[in-house]
Amino acid sequence: MLKVNKIYSLKLLIPAAIIYGLLFVFPTVMSFFFSFTRWNLREWTWIGFDNFKMFFDDPSLLIGFKNTFIFAFVTTILKVIFGLLFAVFLTSKIKTKDFLRSAIFFPVLVSTIAVGIAFSVLMHPSEGLINEVLAFFGISGPNWLGNPTLALYSVALVDVWKGVGIATVIFIAGMMSIPKDYYEAIQIDGGNKFDAFKNITLPLSRPATNAVIILALIGGLRTFDLVWAMTGGGPGFSSDLIASIIYKQYQAGFYGLSTAGNVILFLLVALIVFPIFKMLTRKEVDI
Amino acid sequence: MKSQKKLWLFLGAALLLSLFLAGCGSNNNEDTAANETSGESTNTEEEFPETEISFLVDNQTVTDGIDAVAAEVKERYNITLNTEIRPGGTEGDNIVKTRLATGEMTDMMWYNSGSLFKALNPEEYFYDLSGEEFVEKIDETFIETVSVDGATYGIPGESASAGGWLYNKKVYEELGLEVPNTWDELMANNDAIKEAGKVPVIASYGDTWTSQLVILADYYNVHSQAPTFAEDFTANEAKFADTPEALRGFEKLSELQEAGHFNSEETSTTYEDALRMLAEGEAAHYPILTFALPAIEETYPDQIDDIGFFGQPGENAEDHGMTLWMPGGLYANKDSENVEAVTQFMEFFLSEEGQELYMAEMKAQGPYVLKGVELPEDAYPAVKEMVPYLEEGRVGPALEFLSPLKGPNLEQILVEVGLGMTSAQEGAESYDQDVERQAQQLDLEGWNE
Repeated sequence: MLKVNKIYSLKLLIPAAIIYGLLFVFPTVMSFFFSFTRWNLREWTWIGFDNFKMFFDDPSLLIGFKNTFIFAFVTTILKVIFGLLFAVFLTSKIKTKDFLRSAIFFPVLVSTIAVGIAFSVLMHPSEGLINEVLAFFGISGPNWLGNPTLALYSVALVDVWKGVGIATVIFIAGMMSIPKDYYEAIQIDGGNKFDAFKNITLPLSRPATNAVIILALIGGLRTFDLVWAMTGGGPGFSSDLIASIIYKQYQAGFYGLSTAGNVILFLLVALIVFPIFKMLTRKEVDI
Repeated sequence: MKSQKKLWLFLGAALLLSLFLAGCGSNNNEDTAANETSGESTNTEEEFPETEISFLVDNQTVTDGIDAVAAEVKERYNITLNTEIRPGGTEGDNIVKTRLATGEMTDMMWYNSGSLFKALNPEEYFYDLSGEEFVEKIDETFIETVSVDGATYGIPGESASAGGWLYNKKVYEELGLEVPNTWDELMANNDAIKEAGKVPVIASYGDTWTSQLVILADYYNVHSQAPTFAEDFTANEAKFADTPEALRGFEKLSELQEAGHFNSEETSTTYEDALRMLAEGEAAHYPILTFALPAIEETYPDQIDDIGFFGQPGENAEDHGMTLWMPGGLYANKDSENVEAVTQFMEFFLSEEGQELYMAEMKAQGPYVLKGVELPEDAYPAVKEMVPYLEEGRVGPALEFLSPLKGPNLEQILVEVGLGMTSAQEGAESYDQDVERQAQQLDLEGWNE
């Protein structure tokens, strides 16, 4: 065992530790505390698990759980599929590769609220560009955001449009790191492009795939801004997500209840993401 | 293991990037718009030291009248009003609550009167005006909405407004219709309007708050048939779902939907769209608050005379009344260094001269709540139609001025009822649940065991 000399004194950690403790650890611990209280910012009363009970008892709160799962899984799956396809396409020998890569990444850089507002205009049932184009081809488009069964999926599609750039970039990075030898080997063995994709690209992009899944899943479970800008959780409650419900409780001045909602969301993300992360990384192959 | 490390790197980098980007978004919505007034008179400076008072107001309120008064106050008393704009609605409530709790409130603020104001714990934050002479000019009905335990905290900042039905008179003339005095007559009118190919009633669920009017404006009818409802409702002894008179509002909304009286594309129709549809005669009715009138005048000045008003009718033609919304108020911050300047401002605001200056800029949306101040001659035609209700006393305040309970999800629940996604009964039940949650969270008496 090598004895490593400590070059830096632990004292140097203090500034960072204070900032981290004050701005992160302390509020986190406090939020666990306040989730068990009735709180109006000035005074609090301890009420045990009542806030949590309220969150799980109420149908208008409960719908958020269902919608959040649907939203997170739909967006994750679509981001993986499209990200992978775009990455394969953009690592092949095409001329406008650089331009296309930037074009696909561009939506990531735009403010989510701006994207939300722009798409809610585009998705207007009669005056929106999308339905006008569909009407040109003789299709009568649906009321994307006004139809209660469709609204959530419309928002999910926009989220995929906006987020697929990150997925693509991660996939491209993963694919670029696959050594060329493997592809030469499969050519010598007489394999075609599809064999190369199935037997080399796909298994060796595993770390990238996992990163995309984890990031998309965490992002999807926590989504708030896009749904707020596009539907405000409506019509009615049909596209409410946990985060938008929490925000509405907070707006109404139910600080204890909304803090409890945030604790639930935190635990939920942890409970879903950690097992999936464990499962995915176990199957990774080293290059 | 190596690849796991790589994954952590990916995640770490992504996290850092997002933190960095989040840090870049600066938050700067405290636009301060100083009122530019030319302080020519130098003699005031000797008498009155130069003072600036800050004033927080929401972005839905038209401040032209207040600005006009402020310009004169600057001339006379050397007091400058610095206006800060905040968002309206529940988001704005939150800003107000946070600024009060952290001691960052402006010297003077604009806020609703009634239950919303009383929920702020006024005795903690606001200056008691009950000793001031100018308070005596204000109608008792308004004083009640801004008083707690005998202390009065606010003065009216505008005229009252009414909740009811705006209608297009030209459409009524064309089809030979009469203003309805019962709900059945209204439904019959709607049928005739639909027959003629126009939209009978506008539903503008693109702005969800507008969905509430059919229920809220029905409160005159609830009040006249079940006078104790507000009290029992507040004390957890009556519910919307099992009080037939109160449930009626939900049923009316549901009936309009079932009869197909609403426009299409309700969820994409905004408040502005609705005003256009009404002003241009594409639609006949819009249940809304009369503060829509100045907005219609601003965009469609030629059509404002075509717009009329009637209260939401009930079952009895003899008892056709209207539901009144008390005006928003001006409040003084107790901890401000400039309390004197603020009360000076308020005194002038309520003086005859102040009110004249105010009314020259702003037309009334409803009756004034100052003693002896009548509706002026040039009031909107729709406002003049309120006079019979006022003279015969067929007027009652909205529920929010009688009870602190107002569930935050009412608008979404009513969108569901208005779209036919749920029945009136289910809607009322889930609203009762919403109210229960509010009462428990705000710890109101009689709701937490």
